[in-house]
Amino acid sequence: MAKIIKADGMNKCIGCYSCMLSCSCINYKHHSLEKSAIKIKTSGGLSGKFTSTVCVACKDERACLESCPSKALEKRSGGGVILNEEVCIGCKKCVSACIVGAISFDEESKKPIICKHCGICTKFCPHACLRMEEVDDDL
Amino acid sequence: MMIYKNYISVLYIDLSSKKISVKHRQDLCEYLGGVGVASKLLEENIKPQLHPLDENQPIIFAIGAASSIFPVITKTVAMFYSPLTMELGESYAGGRMAMTLLFAGYDAVVITGKSKKPTYLTIKSNNIAFKDARALWGLCTDETGRIIRERESGEGKRSILRIGPAGENLSSFANVCVDTYRHFGRLGLGALFGSKNLKAIVTIGDQSIQIENFKEYFKVYKEIYKKVTETKLMKKYHDLGTSVNVLPMNKIGSFPTRNLTENHFEYAENISGEKFAQKNLIRKMACTSCPVGCIHIGQFRREFDEGYEFESVNVAYDYELIFALGSYLGINTTDAILELIEKVEQMGFDAISTGVVLGWATESYKKGLITNDHTIIPLKYGHVKNYIKAVEYMAANTNEFYKILSKGSYKASQKYGGMDFAVQFAGNETPGYHTGYGSIVGHTVGARHSHLCNAGYSIDQSMEEFDKEKLIEMIFYEERERCILNSLIICLFARKVYDKNTILLALNTIGYNLTENDLTTIADKIYKTKLKIKKMLKFDLKNIKLPKRIFQTPSANGKIDENLAYELINLYNKKLEAYLNTDL
Repeated sequence: MAKIIKADGMNKCIGCYSCMLSCSCINYKHHSLEKSAIKIKTSGGLSGKFTSTVCVACKDERACLESCPSKALEKRSGGGVILNEEVCIGCKKCVSACIVGAISFDEESKKPIICKHCGICTKFCPHACLRMEEVDDDL
Repeated sequence: MMIYKNYISVLYIDLSSKKISVKHRQDLCEYLGGVGVASKLLEENIKPQLHPLDENQPIIFAIGAASSIFPVITKTVAMFYSPLTMELGESYAGGRMAMTLLFAGYDAVVITGKSKKPTYLTIKSNNIAFKDARALWGLCTDETGRIIRERESGEGKRSILRIGPAGENLSSFANVCVDTYRHFGRLGLGALFGSKNLKAIVTIGDQSIQIENFKEYFKVYKEIYKKVTETKLMKKYHDLGTSVNVLPMNKIGSFPTRNLTENHFEYAENISGEKFAQKNLIRKMACTSCPVGCIHIGQFRREFDEGYEFESVNVAYDYELIFALGSYLGINTTDAILELIEKVEQMGFDAISTGVVLGWATESYKKGLITNDHTIIPLKYGHVKNYIKAVEYMAANTNEFYKILSKGSYKASQKYGGMDFAVQFAGNETPGYHTGYGSIVGHTVGARHSHLCNAGYSIDQSMEEFDKEKLIEMIFYEERERCILNSLIICLFARKVYDKNTILLALNTIGYNLTENDLTTIADKIYKTKLKIKKMLKFDLKNIKLPKRIFQTPSANGKIDENLAYELINLYNKKLEAYLNTDL
């Protein structure tokens, strides 16, 4: 079974950013907020709620993949895409194609930051805001 | 050295000339970071001969040797010349500031000079900007935050510091609000901002730092994360939060009530942490990189007009606020306390000092030392609406009396009398722990006269049999140990998570190469630097005069003997003199 991230407990978020720090640590070997594939923000200052922006694991049609001119994105089983960095030309088309805003761009490496649903963020979420869900393999 | 570097990156900002410079200081590495680096920078930049609010005085900020990259290492330190105590000013804030400075690439910031017109600063890795804040002058802290939030970039990875009217009008206990719910609370940093025409600072962390020893680092990170989230060490801070202390402190007779005329509050049940949780708690929050989430937000409903017109207001509460703006003023409902906290927040005062200052004013009013001519409205225990007005009058310096009141209980009692019941230690208003000799001596000898310097209140509760020498040793030990915690800068709530071994493990995976002995040497260096600054500012424990009230109202450990208290302070002073004479 494939797994995808579900950020459906954000009402419980305390804003500790542990998810972002662990994502960039594991996937990019950096202490960073910039390089995290999941982004935590507040809606309207700290008195507003915390929100998360992360890949929603589109199935069937994936706008990011469709927009890619170099075929650097391939379908990921269960939803979302896998980035082949070597083929990516850093054109940022995927960034604007994702209407969720889940793809950011790493200005250092000139490559997009795309969630691969590895689940590390859910392991470092102390308040059960993030979880992994099993979904059918669709490929 | 700082994380993966062999230097400390110091950003110097001069508000007078609008000039900036960045220096990479290798020589500061021996002070580790945080309070160590900040102490050294204060020693270098302070002008002892000038008033604390002279424009040439510096404001120093520093992050720590392991800021934000391990759990619960969340604090930024501010050091300055305190206008409240007229000596060493040292204050800590959580929120996002430490992480944003780390990712902006600055380990410390030194701000000097005075802007001609109200200004705010934005600090980024590649840009420091001086911005027009004339229209913000006079605004309360949340409105200031909102406007800056909407103007500036960096959402989610920025920190916004700002002062309210109290800081602008140079109250000696004005604070600096950090990210809405945290503060550089004590000792008057807000007044230094005001004296420099500095309304706010935005720090934006937009860079990344490559991890050098990924495997070792992540292993230690995971261990500490587990210790924080899966053991009981931090549980109470998340569950009820610090307000869990209300009932136990009340029960043992350590809960200062009505200007410390009593040591317990008959309405404690009504304002307990449990009661706040049942009636008002709506959410919990965390500082960045802290998975605990101790920040408790309470909500109250305010009727702002007839015809069922209501608004809901959210404010953060903690034990110290419940004591200072609750029992100390005889206020006995959670809603009323939250309403007073909100006003104190908006005006930009330190909550503890505000409560204690108003406690003194209430007793002075009752005794006829001051009258309606001074106070404009009657000040009576429990009358929250009038206290709210008094806080506004203080912030605005509405008359001569409120102006002097905004300089603290020591200055106010010098002018109007009532020194015996102005409950302050070396000028800093008392925190909410009347536990015994440990608290009194701890507050007095503590470098910044705070309960957090050495936790004397905790020694009072744990020491089974009173022993003079042991008490002095324990206070000294703790005061020195905390120089290490505060150089990383670990939130003191996590002091049991970060024993020496854990500290060394953490530091040595991010590029340091330290032993336990090194930590002791560094602690000595830091403590001695702080003591030297205090000496430079003519602080002398021999001149301390304690308010009689603390000897009249029994503590948890019974009545405190005045002579013995002074004897203990004298003992500590002798110990310090000997300590300062030992080689560095």
